[in-house]
Amino acid sequence: MIHFALLISRQGKVRLTKWYTPYPQKQRSKVIKEVSTLILARGPKLCNFVDWQGCRVVYKRYASLYFCMCIDPADNELETLQIIHHFVEILDRYFGNVCELDLIFNFHKAYFILDEILIAGELQESNKKAVLRLVTAQDSLVEAAKEEASSLSKIIAQATK
Amino acid sequence: MEQLRTIGRELAMGSQGGWGQSKEFLDLVKSIGEARSKAEEDRIIARELEHLKRRLADPDVPRRKMKELLLRLVYAEMLGHDASFGHIHAVKMTHDELLPLKRTGYLAVALFLDERHDLVILVVNTIQKDLRSDNYLVVCAALTAACRLIGEEAIPAVLPQVVELLAHPKEAVRKKAVMALHRFYQRSPSSVSHLVSNFRKRLCDNDPGVMGATLCPLYDLILEDPNTYKDLVVSFVNILKQVAERRLPTSYDYHQMPAPFIQIKLLKILAVLGSGDKQASGHMYTVLGDIFRKGDTASNIGNAILYECICCISSIFPNPKMLEAAAETTSKFLKSDSHNLKYMGIDALGRLIKINPDIAEEHQLAVIDCLEDPDDTLKRKTFELLYKMTKSTNVEVIVDRMIEYMINITDHHYKAEIASRCVELAEQFAPSNQWFIQTMNKVFEHAGDLVNIRVAHNLMRLIAEGFGEEDEGADSQLRSSAVDSYLRIVGEPKLPSSFLQIICWVLGEYGTADGKYSASYVIGKLCDVAEAHLTDDTVKAYAISAILKIFAFEIALGRKIDMLPECQTLVDELSASHSTDLQQRVYELQALLGLGKHAVESVMPSDASCEDIEVDRNLSFLNSYVQQALEKGAAPYVPESERSGVISVGSYRSQEQQETSAYTLRFEAYELPKPSLPLATSQASMSTPTTDLVPVPEPGYYKEGHQTSRSQPSGDSLSGEFGVKLRLDGVQKKWGRPSYSSSPTPSSSTSSQQATNEGSHSDGGGSTSSQTRESSYGSKRQQGTEISAEKQRLAASLFGSSASKADRKAQASRKTTKDSPSTEKATVTNAAPQPVKEQVIPAAPPPDLLDLGEPSSPPSADPFSQLEGLLGPASASPVLSETPATSSSKTPDLMSIFSDDVQTGATSGSTEPTLGDAKLKNFHKGATAGAAKKGPSLQDALQKDAAARQVGVTPTGNNPNLFKDLFG
Repeated sequence: MIHFALLISRQGKVRLTKWYTPYPQKQRSKVIKEVSTLILARGPKLCNFVDWQGCRVVYKRYASLYFCMCIDPADNELETLQIIHHFVEILDRYFGNVCELDLIFNFHKAYFILDEILIAGELQESNKKAVLRLVTAQDSLVEAAKEEASSLSKIIAQATK
Repeated sequence: MEQLRTIGRELAMGSQGGWGQSKEFLDLVKSIGEARSKAEEDRIIARELEHLKRRLADPDVPRRKMKELLLRLVYAEMLGHDASFGHIHAVKMTHDELLPLKRTGYLAVALFLDERHDLVILVVNTIQKDLRSDNYLVVCAALTAACRLIGEEAIPAVLPQVVELLAHPKEAVRKKAVMALHRFYQRSPSSVSHLVSNFRKRLCDNDPGVMGATLCPLYDLILEDPNTYKDLVVSFVNILKQVAERRLPTSYDYHQMPAPFIQIKLLKILAVLGSGDKQASGHMYTVLGDIFRKGDTASNIGNAILYECICCISSIFPNPKMLEAAAETTSKFLKSDSHNLKYMGIDALGRLIKINPDIAEEHQLAVIDCLEDPDDTLKRKTFELLYKMTKSTNVEVIVDRMIEYMINITDHHYKAEIASRCVELAEQFAPSNQWFIQTMNKVFEHAGDLVNIRVAHNLMRLIAEGFGEEDEGADSQLRSSAVDSYLRIVGEPKLPSSFLQIICWVLGEYGTADGKYSASYVIGKLCDVAEAHLTDDTVKAYAISAILKIFAFEIALGRKIDMLPECQTLVDELSASHSTDLQQRVYELQALLGLGKHAVESVMPSDASCEDIEVDRNLSFLNSYVQQALEKGAAPYVPESERSGVISVGSYRSQEQQETSAYTLRFEAYELPKPSLPLATSQASMSTPTTDLVPVPEPGYYKEGHQTSRSQPSGDSLSGEFGVKLRLDGVQKKWGRPSYSSSPTPSSSTSSQQATNEGSHSDGGGSTSSQTRESSYGSKRQQGTEISAEKQRLAASLFGSSASKADRKAQASRKTTKDSPSTEKATVTNAAPQPVKEQVIPAAPPPDLLDLGEPSSPPSADPFSQLEGLLGPASASPVLSETPATSSSKTPDLMSIFSDDVQTGATSGSTEPTLGDAKLKNFHKGATAGAAKKGPSLQDALQKDAAARQVGVTPTGNNPNLFKDLFG
């Protein structure tokens, strides 16, 4: 089971956190600090796995972002590594050449995508198309609402002229 | 009018900016990105939170604006700041009618709260309502939130609806319902146990996604009780077979592998079901063989499947052919250049040697390479493997290696773990007493404060009892070698507290036993210990008690004792100590010094720490006293249960035992603030009768020494450590409230934490072996022995005599290695320099931070475009062409179901573009861009860059990579 997913930049800035096991707020910052120092200190060409407090953190670096997931020691590390890659591929597909800035400004969308891939710490969908289909279906409603809103604002703007 | 205008502006806000966020949010992110320090960032966020607090409290904020405020709140909390004031607003937003707002509300709630939070109760109702919604997207959002927020007591509130949703027409809903039930099962197995049949049904779901999701709960259920699911073995094997044969829609492919995540899950399940079951395992061999054959060692995901296959094979009933295939793959992993694969290989090897220990033999050099690798993770995994394959022949090398590694790490969690492993191995396989004592010294010296205090007590017991052999001589030899080494070590600065406790206890108990050291010498050393650790009362208590014991033994032997001046100072100082425990011990010491030889001998018998203490449960020795009292007219004792007159009071009392005890006189001894003293065991034999009671005026005890009349709860707990605990539960009650025997046992593990001495591993005389190693290392280096020979030797000592064949091949000249244990040991010391040398070499060149290349780049051909192309007729053809009735007779639905699905999938794929209304436009643009690209698309990046400049966000010197394509 995945205990938490973490996105941190090379500078140690947090870009996304998702907790599947309950951690109190105070402990969260401690966990993030510990895990990020552990991972950022590791050089290239080493294992993508680190032992941490009896759990295992699987991480992978994409450009300047580190994607980390904390799993049980009995889990398959390579599989988790591929779950991370799966997530990144879907992000890439959704945003089109995803970059760190996309995730900074649209972190809520990244959360929505993550929610479609992982649920309660388990992989729920390995089909990229199915994930994207669902996310865009939800987005289309947002778009519709937005259009409504902007047309309304135009009317108001005209009325107030 | 003014108000309308603001509303209009607010509404338009949503579509501003390149990322659909308001200027305010962009500014916030920008300023945080440009913050020079953590303090500056904190200031910015604090200001932002102030602002948000004000805005959120404003009742006139439009709902759409509210959504953005909430997202900013999420952002602030993500950066580690407390945003609890806004949690209630997130809860409120879940009530919203509009889906986008509702979804944001759920997202924020799921991020802010967890199942234990008080506000969850307000969300449960909304979730309940939304689960009944007509819009499947609303249901999905509610289910996602339910997985995170529904705790044990809220499960019944939503369970019926979730179960209903298992039959929902939308596969996304069914899948999430299954996952939600899985979560409920994890939270409270009993609440979902009657629904197990639903999971079985969902296994045959039309949609492979739902089927895949169902494997999660089934895996947990099977792990719990494999026997009730044995009937599913054939179905699982069939599903796995079909998946491996690419019968699933190609959209489930991942890097050209057919549904690898489902395969892995199935392999995990089969591993559990086949464990120790020959018949069930029999079904699996064919499909496992197939997967091995098709195994793709070039891609990560292929290796993940192969690894899972090895795990499965090592778990099910062994089959020689399968094991051979597994061993072959393992050796491929170990020979790989990738650290990840080496790591998996070491893990796989650890699993396989449980079945066939000989497999390790051919990989010995690979294992040693991993052991000497600069990568910590790999090293630790290798230690785990070594731990599994430790035997009495290689224990010395392995434990030496472990300790050497342990000394150099700072991670307390792992240090404690490896220390306790060392202790375990040393206890189990120790080849000699001397070695054992030395090893334990090293472990305690470097990790003494991290290991469980029980380990320390265990060591004391081991020294006291010996190794259980009848040979008394060996035991005393063990003790004197312990005393020898402790007297040498004791002067070292910064020894951990628990180690000092052991030293003091052993010196007190056996310091003068073999007559090698004079009493005054040992006492002097103990005084030094007490003086050097002024703040540690526990150590001082151990030291003073040890001094007491030595004095007692001296008096018993009829020798004249002379009080050293430093000892006298110590006694004086401690008799005025703030700690009553220390005071008492000193008074005991002084009282003992005034006693005659005979009395001392019975108070402090020599070497009696292992004597059993017989407890007189009837307290018969008190009979005469009781009789006397009765004759003098005292009322006989009536057990409380029989006191008829006070029934009501009695029942009241038993209910409120705790409270009443606070108001009445306490007859139990107050627990001592300090952990127990070792001397207490021998002493406890004397104090047994009076334990836990007020001093009984029994003249005989006063004659023997008044210190025995004090109650000695610490003796109680300590003798518990020694396995001869004073059992008071059965003791007949003579006086007082019936609860007296349940006096709290003082915890003996209040060892104060001290800074460990990681840096100083120049352990003086304690480790002569390390010195000799050092010198032999020097000579070795001069000789310039080749590394491979060293490795060979290390391998030989690690892998034992079975490795001799390989060894001989590699180095014919070395013939004398494994003749006798003594020569073996010589090999050990020869081989040992190697690690020292290896560790001196700087671990790795400093990581190049600008190196963006990932070790395993994605395949050069874009997987998306390939997937895109494959979907359609190509995906359907293998399924349609291969729909023979042969396998469908075994699994009736799956085949047809999946082929159906492919067709629908294909058609939906083709109809999607025609749907292309304005709403979907954006996505299609993105999708086609993604599909068309081979490598990073310049156009896209430029667009993004332009958008960024438009809103004024520029890549700062701080992080120039913001625009970098993640795959770039």
